[in-house]
Amino acid sequence: MNHITTLFFRLAFSLLIILTPIVSTAQVEMADNFRGEGKIYVVIAIILVILTGFFYLLFRLDRKTKRLEEEVSQNQK
Amino acid sequence: MGYLLKTNWWKWLCMALLTYTIIGGLLLPVPKLPILNETIRVLHFHVPMWFGMILVFTGSVIYAIKYLKTNNSKFDIYSSQLANMGIAFGVLGIVTGMVWAKYTWGEPWSNDPKQNASAVSLLIYLAYFVLRNSIKDEEQRNRISGVYNIFAYFLMIPLLFILPRMADSLHPGNGGNPGFNAYDLDSNLRKVFYTAVLGWSLLGYWIASINIRLSLTHQKLENAS
Repeated sequence: MNHITTLFFRLAFSLLIILTPIVSTAQVEMADNFRGEGKIYVVIAIILVILTGFFYLLFRLDRKTKRLEEEVSQNQK
Repeated sequence: MGYLLKTNWWKWLCMALLTYTIIGGLLLPVPKLPILNETIRVLHFHVPMWFGMILVFTGSVIYAIKYLKTNNSKFDIYSSQLANMGIAFGVLGIVTGMVWAKYTWGEPWSNDPKQNASAVSLLIYLAYFVLRNSIKDEEQRNRISGVYNIFAYFLMIPLLFILPRMADSLHPGNGGNPGFNAYDLDSNLRKVFYTAVLGWSLLGYWIASINIRLSLTHQKLENAS
């Protein structure tokens, strides 16, 4: 009887040790499902479209500034 | 700054780094931490605002010193436009920090030492522009704002890096903690974080460089007429 209870406690204890990290990570809620469904790529695509749009505007602003600089320096000659 | 005004390659670098930041920042695995959950990803967007602000303000104070040494008004334009960009970064940093704090600390403004100190240092920089715009004589304006810029920069450092560390703060890297530790920067976050800092800072320099070129052109026109 004594032998069986020690075995039981040993088993339970080792199970606890094995399961603790699994349980504790499962408790932290992450957007794993969201990522798994693949819809996150839509969000990234949209952000990237906006980012490229802004970069396009910045490059255009750069070009406009350059044209203005050239115009001013030509007028002053 | 002179080099950045003449070259273009770093703009393409900025674009590539920020594209990578968005993709990597949203998709790469992150440490699973309670309370923070997925918001740990804000690290790639909120923290680079402050890094960018400090880099831009550093540029600003260097040109303020250069102006005071040489009296060349070109350096005053560099300095003031970089300070302008620094304030934009700071406001974005405070606002993103407030959104993040709402969902992790419980309220957007908890009078945390880090929040208060960063608000004070931003106000000090806002006073820089109040001072600048209140002086009519151009040379006097440039000199006084150059001196004030140095004062504001060296006030910002204890406000952001020393005082919050001496008090209890919710913000990581404060309340006696060293800057970055394993808790807020593991190897997966590092893969994106450094490129994010460089990318966002370059974007700030880019916007500032356009403002500088426009101011220089404006000055040219004024001198001609």
